[in-house]
Amino acid sequence: MSTTVQPTWLMLGASSAVARAFAREAAAHGAGILLAGRDMDDLERQAADLAIRHGVPAAPVPFDARDIDSHAAFVADCAARAGGPLNVFLAFGVMPDQSELDRDPSIAAAMVEANFTGAATVLAALAPVLEAQRQGVVVALGSVAGDRGRPRNYTYGATKAALLTYLQGYAARLSRSGVRVLCLKAGPVDTGMTWPLPKLPFMVSPRAFAAGAWRLAQGKGGASYLPRIWWPVMGIIRSLPTRIFNRLDL
Amino acid sequence: MPDTMTEQRAATAEAHRAAGWKPVSLQGWGRSSTAPCLAARPERMRELLAALDPPEGRSLLPHGGGRSYGDQALNTGGAALLTGRLDRILAFEAESGEIVTEPGVTFADLLEVFLPRGWLAPTSPGTAFATIGGAVANDVHGKNHHRVGSFGDHVLWLDLLLPDGRILRVSDDEDPALFRATIGGMGLTGIITAICFRMQPVPSNALRVRSRRIPDLNAFLAGFAEAAEASWSVGWIDALASGGALGRGILEIAEPSDSGLPAPKPKARSFPVEAPGWLLNRFSVRAFNALYWRRVPAAGREEFQHYGKFLYPLDTIHHWNRMYGRRGFHQFQCVLPFGPGETALRKLLETISAAGDASFLAVLKVMGRPGRGLLSFALPGYSLALDIPARPGVRGLFATLERIARDAGGRIYLAKDSLLSAEGFWEMYPEAQRFMEIRGSIDPEGRLSSDMAKRLALA
Repeated sequence: MSTTVQPTWLMLGASSAVARAFAREAAAHGAGILLAGRDMDDLERQAADLAIRHGVPAAPVPFDARDIDSHAAFVADCAARAGGPLNVFLAFGVMPDQSELDRDPSIAAAMVEANFTGAATVLAALAPVLEAQRQGVVVALGSVAGDRGRPRNYTYGATKAALLTYLQGYAARLSRSGVRVLCLKAGPVDTGMTWPLPKLPFMVSPRAFAAGAWRLAQGKGGASYLPRIWWPVMGIIRSLPTRIFNRLDL
Repeated sequence: MPDTMTEQRAATAEAHRAAGWKPVSLQGWGRSSTAPCLAARPERMRELLAALDPPEGRSLLPHGGGRSYGDQALNTGGAALLTGRLDRILAFEAESGEIVTEPGVTFADLLEVFLPRGWLAPTSPGTAFATIGGAVANDVHGKNHHRVGSFGDHVLWLDLLLPDGRILRVSDDEDPALFRATIGGMGLTGIITAICFRMQPVPSNALRVRSRRIPDLNAFLAGFAEAAEASWSVGWIDALASGGALGRGILEIAEPSDSGLPAPKPKARSFPVEAPGWLLNRFSVRAFNALYWRRVPAAGREEFQHYGKFLYPLDTIHHWNRMYGRRGFHQFQCVLPFGPGETALRKLLETISAAGDASFLAVLKVMGRPGRGLLSFALPGYSLALDIPARPGVRGLFATLERIARDAGGRIYLAKDSLLSAEGFWEMYPEAQRFMEIRGSIDPEGRLSSDMAKRLALA
């Protein structure tokens, strides 16, 4: 960090297991935490936990990714509360079953709204704040599912691919102000989202994932697979000829 | 019509998945039995409330760190609510040491967060991977029981989620009967969602530990009597020694140290694979036990130990329970009242030694006051605990040990047990009837259940 003032991490979708683990990691490094989400009771608990465990300021902020009209006021509120420079961890997103998305267009539309539209609008609202502070880092949760559309979760994958494309331009824009942007192409993490699913490959605990994300967040930005094993795996999956890919049950 | 059945099964699995339930096989720490069930793992209160109605009217049971040994946290064919992700510390008062936690916070969390600030859990079981919710449900105790009692003695209040969705705050003042049923209540009175208890202040992160060899049982009992004022005390007995050496072992006594040690680096190893069943036999274990005895010099030894090392000696080897092989093991722990207990203690050791069935060190401990819970284990007297591999004949041996404990007015510790008979239980736990009445009042439909509850006629 280019300043001695501790940064404040703004956790968007703070109730998710990955955000919770990352908030603990950041707090252990002395950062203040703003917990943004809808479940205020849960965020109060998390704020208390962070403050007690790590002695850092932590506070909940109401935030709804799908209520895009509220984003400007939300960002102003966060900027006012942050003691030092603001860093952002964007973790919100939903992953309904593909069959549900196929059956019910309203569920699919709501997912796109949360995973992509909400992310794009709140990041857009945050951009001027980040540009003005001329430092900081934005970490956003992408997914290996965004690398190639697979029958099992292509609608979800499409939202994450769109997010990645958005982040590429966003990163270029903010780089002029010295702000780094990192897209984590996440493999499955052992969270409530993946709990009911049959065993998934290379699953990691939220804690291990957060430790890796923290390490990457100290780097240059860009897009990174987490855990690393997904880099070669997705390399192979992306390069499979369509004829073969379509026959595989991935 | 196999196709329809397959389709039905797929539809059921789909419905379970959509509601956050997953088919799993749970085991107790002793790995002697396996329980297939559905499990949910809520990450917050809202999800916990949503999981209160498991599919197909299945019965429900909270499941914490999975460190109790037998079938107390298992619910075959039912549903399990895994509380490990509810792991927030909700409040801490630095003046009084009063703390409020969610049920999935572990003793390892408390050690990591609070020992550097001079606070320690009021008492603690032998593993830091146990959860606080589990510590209340089993009313656990530690090496300081003779001085401070069981975990439940330090609890100020609990928030308890009942099967009907109500959350009640229970304490000595509010719903005291339900409070006493829940401490040591084996998860059968509801799901504990918050625990308020008092931590103890310690001058540093270390203890001064004195260890000495004890030649036989009489010397052990005398040693404990001398150590009555010690803050911490525990005895390790070579359970295979017999004759004049019956009850020989090591007595460890510890006091808080004013000067601390450098914080230890975490270096956990893991027992890599399931050991073959023959690894533990009377010869290998006899040799190990003899070595353990000689590890302490004849003149005794005094050293400084970090609290983590003293309280949780086995935690540095993850999955040590694999050492007992595929069939697993049972743990026997009973407490025998002073007086008649001494003869019974000798009889227990003679029986175990004569059975010769590979058993590592047994743990001998003096207990102080009785627990507060209706099903609390503690009684003033001697507690003896040991592991016995699950081999043919183990049931007969346990029945004999149960009989000896019963005849001496002792009782068997439910947190460790997997083989106690229902008759034995009802005789050993005189307040079980009262427990059942309270259970009936908050759970008239019997929606909370466990394999242990069925075995001990508590269902």
